[in-house]
Amino acid sequence: MSIILNHVSHIYSEGTADEVRALDDVSLEIADGEFLGLIGHTGSGKSTLVQHMNALLKPTSGQVLYNGEDIWAKGSDKARIRSKVGLVFQYPEYQLFETDVFTDVCFGPKNLGLSRVEAEARAYEALERMNFPKERWYMSPFDLSGGQKRRVAIAGVLAMKPEVLILDEPTAGLDPYGRRELLDMLKGLQRDEGLTVVLISHCMDDVAGYADRAVVMEKGKVFMNGTPAEVFFRHRELEEIGLGAPSVTYIMEKLAAAGFDVKTDVMNVEDAAKEIRGCLRI
Amino acid sequence: MFKDITLGQFYQADSVMHSLDPRTKLVGTFLYIIALFIANDAAAMAAAVVFLCIAIALSRVPASFMFRGMKGIALILLLTVGFNIFLTPGVPIWTWGPLKVTAEGLRSAAFLACRLVLLISGTSVMTLTTTPNSLTDAMESLLLPLTHIKVPVHEIALMMSIALRFIPILMEETDKIMKAQMARGADFESGNFMKRAKSMVPILVPLFVSAFRRASDLAMAMEARCYSGGEGRTKLKPLKYGRGDVVAYIVQIAFVAAVILL
Ligand SMILES: Nc1ncnc2c1ncn2[C@@H]1O[C@H](COP(=O)(O)OP(=O)(O)OP(=O)(O)O)[C@@H](O)[C@H]1O
Ligand SMILES: [Mg+2]
Repeated sequence: MSIILNHVSHIYSEGTADEVRALDDVSLEIADGEFLGLIGHTGSGKSTLVQHMNALLKPTSGQVLYNGEDIWAKGSDKARIRSKVGLVFQYPEYQLFETDVFTDVCFGPKNLGLSRVEAEARAYEALERMNFPKERWYMSPFDLSGGQKRRVAIAGVLAMKPEVLILDEPTAGLDPYGRRELLDMLKGLQRDEGLTVVLISHCMDDVAGYADRAVVMEKGKVFMNGTPAEVFFRHRELEEIGLGAPSVTYIMEKLAAAGFDVKTDVMNVEDAAKEIRGCLRI
Repeated sequence: MFKDITLGQFYQADSVMHSLDPRTKLVGTFLYIIALFIANDAAAMAAAVVFLCIAIALSRVPASFMFRGMKGIALILLLTVGFNIFLTPGVPIWTWGPLKVTAEGLRSAAFLACRLVLLISGTSVMTLTTTPNSLTDAMESLLLPLTHIKVPVHEIALMMSIALRFIPILMEETDKIMKAQMARGADFESGNFMKRAKSMVPILVPLFVSAFRRASDLAMAMEARCYSGGEGRTKLKPLKYGRGDVVAYIVQIAFVAAVILL
């Protein structure tokens, strides 16, 4: 049981004319070591939700528990919680500020109070893990392309070695190869090192292919919560709120409609291939 | 946290004051300020109070909003009143050690306090009932004659409205960058002055980078739309005087005349 949100509501600019109820009584549990996909229409409250998980936003009402302790209780150490729950923001490239990439990645570990040597070791490891080309390590971060900056920013959070890693649309604007590479890396971290991953994405294929569980947000509420298979099985309802199913699901539906004997609750390419092979007996 | 700070404190309402032409309000405020400084007896001050009360009543802005701005100047007000009471030379009516209160001091302190309060609440009436953008428009239109002596009025007005537009954007951006750095363990609250000043670097650098990027994007977008300065340019919403404005001007002039005569 790592993160529990208990009846959390959040209202922006409370008490003024432009008050927004961004979260409305959200209760959610994120288990240790799981890979959670968070989907939802634009403005449904995903970014607001994840900022509650590392104490950047305070709930208007309700509690957030990390390993059983209320993170907003008196005397709680928010800096420690932020070091355990790493958050990579939407468009994280805007957080880069140092003179070179390597020093920038050292910023997080240094804030943890690590020595220079340790911080550099962490930065080295994180950049390696992000597969960031060595010849660019000492370049100014402002001379990088958008996707390269994104990797550096993610490395900056990875270098803090969090127990939970939350990424807010990390794949937006990456090319298909870069996207796969990033998601495979996250899956690897989860599988091999037991990291808990929360991934916000607008891409159903990514959630279907990588997440153990999918949570759908709609108008500040949890609309669905289950395995990707359970959630995407109800894709008619998802379509009504402006989302949909992974593209393979639609392909399978078309095949079934055309008279092939295939299952339609298929979420990823491998299962689809198996199903089609089975049907064609090859 | 930064979104809550509103600039120019415009208060949306449907009132006579809101519907006046921004030029009328700008000129009116200007005349009002001059009148406040001409006024130096009780009768003239009373006239100013009456004028202000009418304006407030017509604006339909709750009085509490009017006086919110007063909090910010409370200290200045207190200091100036104090200095005036104790440091004006004249006939002492009360002494205590080196401090002495004079009749002239009391009188000038009272007037000064009155003036400051009237000044702030009067200008608030204008900023509460006029959006910053229409104020810029008014300023541009009123200063237009200066183009004859080569003052780039249009460009100045454009710069002002762009700056106004960008303030909330940059505030939001600051908020985002701060949160992102906090997520990386940055601490902006503890430590001595030097340490805190240093902790601003991770915010300021990305903020400036993004401000420059936005500025150059905007310049590019304007150029792509063939934007070319003030010459021969027409407005989407040209400023137009209505009947209310004529009445307002007459009242204003009457007020200034009254203050001079009283
Ligand atoms: N700083 C803020 N101040 C006021 N309102 C905000 C703020 N941030 C978000 N909101 C509002 O809260 C609601 C939820 O926003 P949020 O950013 O959480 O959505 P989202 O699901 O992340 O959307 P997207 O997919 O576009 O990133 C929106 O209606 C938004 O307008
Ligand atoms: Mg978002």
